[in-house]
Amino acid sequence: MKLISARFGLRTRLIAAFLFVAAVSAATTATLTYREARSAILQQAQDTAVAQFRDRVSARGIDLPPDRLGLRDMCLALARDGKARPWTVFAEYGSLRVSSSDRPTSTVITPALRAASQENSHGSFQRVVKDGKPWLTVGMPTLFNRGDGRQPTGLVLYAVMPLATEEANVAAMVSAARDGALPALLIALVPALLAARSVLRPVRDLRRAAAGIGRGELHTRIAVRGSDELAGLARTFNESSTKLEESVEELRRAEERARRFASDVSHELRTPLAGMLAVTEVLDEDAAGLRPDTAAAVRLISTETGKLATLVEDLMEISRFDAGAVDLHSDEVDVAETIRKTLQARHWEHRVRTELPCGVRAVLDPRRFDVVIANLVGNALRHGAEPVTVRVRSGWRDGAPRLVTEVEDSGPGIDAAVLPHIFDRFYKADAARTRSTGSGLGLAITRENVRLHGGTVHAANGPAGGAVFTVELPLEGE
Amino acid sequence: MPRVLLIEDDPSVREGVELGLRRRGHDMRTVGTGEAGLAALDEFRPELVLLDLMLPGMNGVQVCRRIRETSQLPIIMLTARGDDFDVVVGLEAGADDYIVKPARTEVIEARIRAVLRRLAEPAGRSGVETHGALTVDRVGLTVAKAGERLLLAPSELKLLLHLSAAPEQVFSRQQLLEYVWEHSYHGDARLVDACVRRLRQKIEDVAGSPLYIQTVRGFGYRFGPLG
Repeated sequence: MKLISARFGLRTRLIAAFLFVAAVSAATTATLTYREARSAILQQAQDTAVAQFRDRVSARGIDLPPDRLGLRDMCLALARDGKARPWTVFAEYGSLRVSSSDRPTSTVITPALRAASQENSHGSFQRVVKDGKPWLTVGMPTLFNRGDGRQPTGLVLYAVMPLATEEANVAAMVSAARDGALPALLIALVPALLAARSVLRPVRDLRRAAAGIGRGELHTRIAVRGSDELAGLARTFNESSTKLEESVEELRRAEERARRFASDVSHELRTPLAGMLAVTEVLDEDAAGLRPDTAAAVRLISTETGKLATLVEDLMEISRFDAGAVDLHSDEVDVAETIRKTLQARHWEHRVRTELPCGVRAVLDPRRFDVVIANLVGNALRHGAEPVTVRVRSGWRDGAPRLVTEVEDSGPGIDAAVLPHIFDRFYKADAARTRSTGSGLGLAITRENVRLHGGTVHAANGPAGGAVFTVELPLEGE
Repeated sequence: MPRVLLIEDDPSVREGVELGLRRRGHDMRTVGTGEAGLAALDEFRPELVLLDLMLPGMNGVQVCRRIRETSQLPIIMLTARGDDFDVVVGLEAGADDYIVKPARTEVIEARIRAVLRRLAEPAGRSGVETHGALTVDRVGLTVAKAGERLLLAPSELKLLLHLSAAPEQVFSRQQLLEYVWEHSYHGDARLVDACVRRLRQKIEDVAGSPLYIQTVRGFGYRFGPLG
């Protein structure tokens, strides 16, 4: 059953079920009718024949003991009597065999009928099929009255008649039943199709609506027709999607508020920071001329202003990712050149080993790729140990070419307990080290940038023990 | 030292940037609104405008358009990162470069110098060149089309000079960012694209099917071929 439901659609199964039921009922009806009608026809035919034959036989006087000639005449006379239906009459007395035809004995009279006819004074009959043709055979013992009841004379008369007419009638009935059943099946197709349609349309609507919800079209509703179970299902679906839409709307509003708050805070922080950052140089330059305590305080303010600016920028960048307000400005670039430029811009080219094959071109956002590489290399230089190696190769995944970039350091590696959280925001591997030079958002921003490209980044420990960060990006862009 | 007009509505940014740049020897004039900025143009005659995009009243983009109507004065926009749409609109309006706030004075000054710097001329090249209907005077820094002089903003002129110095050579956006804008290799390629669009509007017969500044898909831009 599972196999059937897996292989065929609901429509096919419904129609098949309808046709099956129709076929079974048609066949059952036809079979019962056929059997009843057939037995009725045959019963009537044989009852009439038996009664007629008995009448005719008892109407004839019998001279005992019969002789061949007398019997022959009698047989012929009886055969002539069978007007309604022609029969052939056979007579058997002791070893004497006479008939109304040219053959003295019949091949269709069975020993069973002979035995029954000897015993039953009212006569017996039997239907016999010989060479595919149906026959009715009737055996009738002749009787004489000795005063104490009717006794058999020993002479038995047999009537043998073909049942061809009845057989034709029965055959006609069979073909009538067959001819009736076939159109009935065809007619059953119509309600089957209608029923399938009436079931399938709501199902199809439901499927389309569910797919719509899945695509995020939460306003999708189904037209409710009638009041059956499917209509109830549609109503439930509509109510559920209304509730879902409301919940999603509420969540969206809450998220929007949170997002706007984070964005507003960053904006508000940025304006004073812009003023402060512009004058940090003034502080740095003049600090030398101040009293030592004041100079230290001024330098502290200058340094922390710079860090604060970085933190606010990173916070804004993360909140833009959260808001989905980020764009990919993809361009086709030479990967080796892009990475070399990233290292040069930060004066890292002498601290980092590179394995950059020539001629690898990729479609990516150069600014975001720069952020990814700079964050990973910066992280390796800060938390790992030199030498740091950047390796690029192209690979394949899911039938699409990928750009694989690895950043490996020679440090002690990352604690297994830390690995799953390494890309979390503000995650500190060492609880005692509450501040690092980074904002604590670098790796989180890295992951978001990689995701934006449709790629993956993961951290692991290499065979030599150092941490290895692997970035995989689609080589041909999203 | 260049005369810089700063149009910025926030007092702390205005004061901070003014203080920083003045210390580095710039001749500064600061105003708080676009209208005041436009009014100061004739009287102060700045060599460069630092323009905040978010201004009360007339916004930065409108101010930029108004300046470009009459002048090819270098314009650098001040913007908050993430205001991507404003950046694009500002670049389309004719700004030469932009700076993301907050920025250190050294960054601001480096951009100012870059925009004002004349391109280093390749050796052995001087005088007037003719490319189709275009006449490029590398010494006088003028460009004419069919004899008619074109008004090009500094970034547009520099881009055209750079590309036409090596006809048919393809430059990637990143290379152009480095050479023309002196940005890092990973700068914002939209600067290049917006500048190319503006340049095409001025020099091409049909901006939609450019002849002089051609796009090489996946690689960048090149000058010509004109044949």
